Amino acid sequence: MLTKRIIPCLDIKNGRTVKGVNFINLRDAGDPVELAKQYALKGADELVFLDISATLEGRKTMIDMVLKVAEQLNIPFTVGGGISSVEDVDVLLKSGADKVSVNSSAIKRPELVNELASKFGTQCVVVAIDAKQIDGNWIVHLAGGSISTELDLFDWAKEVERRGAGEILFTSMDNDGTKDGFANKALAKLSKSLNIPIIASGGAGTMQHFVEVFKAGKANAALAASVFHFGEIAIKDLKEELRNNNIEVRL
Amino acid sequence: MRIIIIDYGAGNIKSIQFAFKRLGFDAVLSNNPEEIRSADKVIFPGVGEASSAMAKLKNSGLDNVIPKLKQPVLGICLGMQLMCKTSEEGNTKGLAIFDADIKRFNNGLKVPQMGWNTITNLKSKLFKDLKEADYMYLVHSFYAENCKESIATTTYGLTYAAALQKDNFYGVQFHPEKSSTVGEQILKNFIAL
Repeated sequence: MLTKRIIPCLDIKNGRTVKGVNFINLRDAGDPVELAKQYALKGADELVFLDISATLEGRKTMIDMVLKVAEQLNIPFTVGGGISSVEDVDVLLKSGADKVSVNSSAIKRPELVNELASKFGTQCVVVAIDAKQIDGNWIVHLAGGSISTELDLFDWAKEVERRGAGEILFTSMDNDGTKDGFANKALAKLSKSLNIPIIASGGAGTMQHFVEVFKAGKANAALAASVFHFGEIAIKDLKEELRNNNIEVRL
Repeated sequence: MRIIIIDYGAGNIKSIQFAFKRLGFDAVLSNNPEEIRSADKVIFPGVGEASSAMAKLKNSGLDNVIPKLKQPVLGICLGMQLMCKTSEEGNTKGLAIFDADIKRFNNGLKVPQMGWNTITNLKSKLFKDLKEADYMYLVHSFYAENCKESIATTTYGLTYAAALQKDNFYGVQFHPEKSSTVGEQILKNFIAL
């Protein structure tokens, strides 16, 4: 059976791993290549590298880091941050990235999703969506969550699926950094309305939160950063706990 | 040991090259028929859409070279699919090395199938030292029907051929280069064939 995936997210700034609490107050958590190798050994199913400074400061994702990671890593990884063209993606995939994630650039120019899907295949196109609830509606935000749009989360997700996204990475800004659990209600609604896999992000604090995101949130994968980076949850323990709850995982 | 990765402009060949490098082997990219014919082992990669990948293969003339190769050939993902008779993706006519057709998942499950799934019914030296139900990494929307050339199966709503073999030709739907140490074992086994 296809397993649920556990995905540590390595937020990258200036070549180092960082994790923002509600996207500010960054803490340093190590060298991305070493961390990536460690995570592969410890049983991570996949990794995501997000260049969090890229969109805000117009920086391009670090090709060198991608090459070094690809050389050493024997599990798949996704690269995001500052990707706005077919050329950007071409370089990343040629450097060994398995998938790319686009966020703000897809909001500004939705055709980008079509272009990427037709040139590289839907399987490598992840559309990342940051959203928070405003007056009861889930509103999409861009540029690392700093700018509000008029887009509704569910409409936008449906649109990018139609345009060729292979996967959605949904971060609830309301939950991110809180360690109070994932946005399971919104996730379940999203999962039901889409036919592509969904990666849940934002709010992981305990192992029980992961059980809930797969059971109640219907997520296909769960992404977290600080609980893994700071050793609060060991991936092996987490997977054993998930298996004890009858959730299929790779152990 | 000369390993050639067929370079026809379709796929994530860098990660395959890196995987061999981690095992201590230099795998060389080539689209030169002579180089490919004289290699000890040939990797036929592929990622993307079937009809455009097949068109690229035809443009390079390699569609006539691959089926006549005598050494062990390993098709990966779309490479494996192009070694089959036909694909529903873009109504593509493949190389017909394997007597199998490629269909689209149409069973209400999420497509693409993305992530780790088990391979079972292992029937080849390619899987030496693997356990039944080891996990492999897969990303695909189309699958090969279970058939007599199947050497491993995976279940995603239905049971399909996760790997195929005919004579010196091997094909795997999963990505051994991205499937942790188990995937590396498969690449080692392929080198040892």
